[in-house]
Amino acid sequence: MKERLNNIEHDPLVVEKEEWKKRQLKSRLKQLLTISSPIFILILWEFLSRTGLVDARFFPPPTEIVGTFITMGTSGELFEHIGISLFRIMAGFLLGVIPAIILGLLMGLYSPLRHFFSPLIMALMPIPTLALLPIILILFGIGEVSKIVTIAGSVFFPVIINTVAGVTTIDRIYLDVARNYGANSRQFFFKIALPGALPVMIEGIQMGQAIALLTIVAAEMMGANSGIGYLIWTSYNAFLLKEMYVGLVLISFFGYLFSLILRGCQNKLLPWR
Amino acid sequence: MSTPAKISIRDLTKVFYKKGSSVTALKGVNMDIKDGEFVCLLGPSGCGKTTLLRILAELETPSTGEFIISREKEERPLQSMVFQERGVIPWLTVRENVAFGLKMRHLPKAYIKERTDYYLEKVGLEQFSTLYPKELSGGMKQRVNIARAFANDPEILLMDEPFAALDEQNKFILQEELLSIWSETKKTVLFITHSIDEALLLSDRIVLMSSQPGAIVKEKRVEMPRPRTMEEVRANADLASSFVEIWTHLQDEVQGSRM
Repeated sequence: MKERLNNIEHDPLVVEKEEWKKRQLKSRLKQLLTISSPIFILILWEFLSRTGLVDARFFPPPTEIVGTFITMGTSGELFEHIGISLFRIMAGFLLGVIPAIILGLLMGLYSPLRHFFSPLIMALMPIPTLALLPIILILFGIGEVSKIVTIAGSVFFPVIINTVAGVTTIDRIYLDVARNYGANSRQFFFKIALPGALPVMIEGIQMGQAIALLTIVAAEMMGANSGIGYLIWTSYNAFLLKEMYVGLVLISFFGYLFSLILRGCQNKLLPWR
Repeated sequence: MSTPAKISIRDLTKVFYKKGSSVTALKGVNMDIKDGEFVCLLGPSGCGKTTLLRILAELETPSTGEFIISREKEERPLQSMVFQERGVIPWLTVRENVAFGLKMRHLPKAYIKERTDYYLEKVGLEQFSTLYPKELSGGMKQRVNIARAFANDPEILLMDEPFAALDEQNKFILQEELLSIWSETKKTVLFITHSIDEALLLSDRIVLMSSQPGAIVKEKRVEMPRPRTMEEVRANADLASSFVEIWTHLQDEVQGSRM
């Protein structure tokens, strides 16, 4: 009881400043936790592998994987694989996203189109594009086009569904404003529907980006003779597990990089949020 | 000699029908509003006043009846609406919001800039013109809404409870600002409100509406000379008795609809 009384006599600013310092410290500790978890796993892995507690043939120590990465990199072959995979991802991504955005906006704006296309999209969405890969290979051959089409196919669905949802959830009052101030359908499309749907649309693109990476690896494993997926698959078959891990780490790295790039675009595209 | 009506509404009826049940939002509404007149439509919520405004704004079609807004200049839009606070478009800057109507009509760039600048200055938002609405207070958003409608230079202005969401101090300030902008242009205004004070301060004429079915039950002229201030309206004995009269009337309405 006495201590509390003493407390009251303190300068309130000092008390609050102490509290603020404590909060700062806590948030910094949390940041530290975020960074420490991957580092902790890597150290644990290294330790277990080096001491032979896990089989080093299946789980080679991370430092050795880094070494393998450097030797593969100096030979130049690695960058060819990376380059071709990135090209396929980019091309497939654009081929999937652009039609999805256009059709999605139209479906969102015009309900007859929405009613016509929704059942088709709902029915086609659950089929994994990878399951169609044999058909795609027959149609487009074993060349680049088949990989690009596979990626486009899997990116298309999350983007179109989010675009339609983005348009249909725009607050009605903005539609009223546009109508009252005499917007024609072109202005309606570009000034209201597109910017209004953009936040939800970008979530869909984010999802599409993740799916594109999943798809490219699997597609290159099944029907390709280059690319990161091919690298992973052939290394695995030849029991070159360090090389395989290099491929896996690369995929993880690019996934993270693409997410960061998209977040950056989001801040640029949505200054009003 | 009476001047011809700027807005004339004849036998306007609106029924909302939905699977077996129907609501008569408006029943046989007749009204004439003179050029330059400021009319407040006053009534309890759900009395159909918003429906009437939305019909005039061509956002809703009447079931039967008609209305005419007389056109003075060919190039002018017939009407522009001052929406509620949410009506400011969040992905456009303050300037783009104010210029919205002018841009939609593809007017020359220089003209758009001149008019936009003029009204931005009128509502005191010049230095905020590049901001997005999320950075504005409620009162500033409503200034954007008002500037957008005036900049569009329509034949008549429709206002849908524009100050309903503001705190009382901001409301008084904006009401007086609105009056000062309006007094320059002398546009015909149809203003919706459920606040008796607001109606007394702003209007030349108050039209009282009843609910279910929405119909006009009474009219009251406000003879007080302009420019008016809130203090004067509060101090005026005639208006105080008008307040009581309107209140008694509305009270009966609300009580009556409860029975």
